[in-house]
Amino acid sequence: MSLNLVTLLYLLASVCFIQALKGLSHPTTARRGNMFGMVGMTLAVLTTAALIVKLSDMKAAGMVYVLGGLVIGGGIGAVMAKRVEMTKMPELVAFMHSMIGLAAVCIAIAVVAEPSAFGIVAAGEALPVGNRIELFIGTFVGAITFSGSVIAFGKLSGKYKFRLFQGAPVTFSGQHPLNAILGLAMLGSGIWFTATQDWTPFIIMTAIAFVLGVLIIIPIGGADMPVVVSMLNSYSGWAAAGIGFSLNNPMLIVAGSLVGSSGAILSYIMCKAMNRSFFNVILGGFGQDAGTVAGKQEQRPVKSGSSDDAAFMMSNAETVVIVPGYGLAVSRAQHALKELAHKLGEKGVQVRYAIHPVAGRMPGHMNVLLAEAEIPYDQVFEMEDINADFRQTDVVLVLGANDVVNPAAKTPGSPIFGMPILEAHQARTVIVNKRSMASGYAGLDNELFYMDKTMMVFGDAKKVLEDMVKALEAL
Amino acid sequence: MEIVSHTVTNLIIFVLAIYVGYHVVWTVTPALHTPLMAVTNALSAVIIVGAMLAAALTQGDLAKWMGTAAVALASVNVFGGFLVTRRMLEMFKKKDKSEKATQGAQH
Repeated sequence: MSLNLVTLLYLLASVCFIQALKGLSHPTTARRGNMFGMVGMTLAVLTTAALIVKLSDMKAAGMVYVLGGLVIGGGIGAVMAKRVEMTKMPELVAFMHSMIGLAAVCIAIAVVAEPSAFGIVAAGEALPVGNRIELFIGTFVGAITFSGSVIAFGKLSGKYKFRLFQGAPVTFSGQHPLNAILGLAMLGSGIWFTATQDWTPFIIMTAIAFVLGVLIIIPIGGADMPVVVSMLNSYSGWAAAGIGFSLNNPMLIVAGSLVGSSGAILSYIMCKAMNRSFFNVILGGFGQDAGTVAGKQEQRPVKSGSSDDAAFMMSNAETVVIVPGYGLAVSRAQHALKELAHKLGEKGVQVRYAIHPVAGRMPGHMNVLLAEAEIPYDQVFEMEDINADFRQTDVVLVLGANDVVNPAAKTPGSPIFGMPILEAHQARTVIVNKRSMASGYAGLDNELFYMDKTMMVFGDAKKVLEDMVKALEAL
Repeated sequence: MEIVSHTVTNLIIFVLAIYVGYHVVWTVTPALHTPLMAVTNALSAVIIVGAMLAAALTQGDLAKWMGTAAVALASVNVFGGFLVTRRMLEMFKKKDKSEKATQGAQH
């Protein structure tokens, strides 16, 4: 197998990877796209295996190590993919980002130890300066991706006592100067490494990068996780591209760049949906005063009702729009929701779903949860497509969402002014299900809850929805 | 004639690939952003190619074990990423039962 053939097969795999992303433009083509991705990956791995056999003069004893790693890692991956609950997808994705980051660091170490094995230089020769810079970049991006993703994973799962794994931002004075100093120190050791190809600066640089990954994620609050997860997604791509540069492998560069730009675009979409700049999110500390701000507010009367009242109102409506939020994911209420929608459908009520881009803990999270409950995707609408319809909607049912339906976003001077919202307040009647009157992530009171046309139904989303279904059955 | 360095060729590929990525990703429907992230996880695991070279072709213990570890880490993503994406996309498949429910909802 000539190197030209290997490179051409890698090109074919790269095209498959592009097709995999392209397929995701519509649910009907997405599965074929995923197939392309798998074919491309298989092609890449088999080609590399053939290359290894050729380069090791048909002995290929080293393939034992490859197969060992493949079986262990692949087994773990397959089991996780099969078992993971859809509500836990953000954690799984964060976990997988950390895998890429760590793998990139491991490969970089192997390259520094034995560059000749990768065909970059002849045995015993030093690495060219260009490859050293690329290695430096691939390593630090990988290390930051790894430790940052571990923190993001902890924050997303929210079940660990460890302070750094809690949703509330960790801030301290001098945080940003410290990060800047560490960043410069890392850059310094990188330059040192580029000049000498020495292990000492490489180790210092990698260690600082691991610490930096932790430090840049801890000040970011739990509800900003959609941005963080997208950003780490982007980083993992750049790490792969960096490794591709140092190994002179165009396929890695293509795949890495695709992933890198994908993550960057998702971060941009998420920031835009919160009307905040990327730097505002990354610098962190947002939503820290949530408790105190809400506490200062005087108690105002809200109209609260039972699940039965709510079910009655919805059954008399012609059109119902459901706004699912993070609360739905937390209480795993998607199947109960489907049941409710089904019952309403039987009574001739038109049910649709309105999804805010930042609902949930990662981009598109709500869509997956609804799809899991077998809610047809053509009943699920994005914000821009349904906002104009709220005016003609009889009942809006808000499930565990807060900031994304807060009309304060229309008031100049409000901290969330300018954030695009689902205009639930335009509907004739609004039913809001929440666990309590606690304020949302932005720490703001929500005017929607105090409107005359709004009825609050307090309680866990799943319990409330199940009660509603029972009430509908009794009607 | 002077030969163009690897780094420059790589840079050309890099810039063009970002360009392709930018345009392709904007066509992805927001409803499938979670599968997008899962599949990109699998795609960046293509660094398994580098990991395989490290595991199979190096001589020293350090490089060999680093390579093997990287193969294992990357294959978690290769398998996990594609399989979980497939699982999610199956959910977006239209089912006969839910189609009836749609019709019921619209009448």
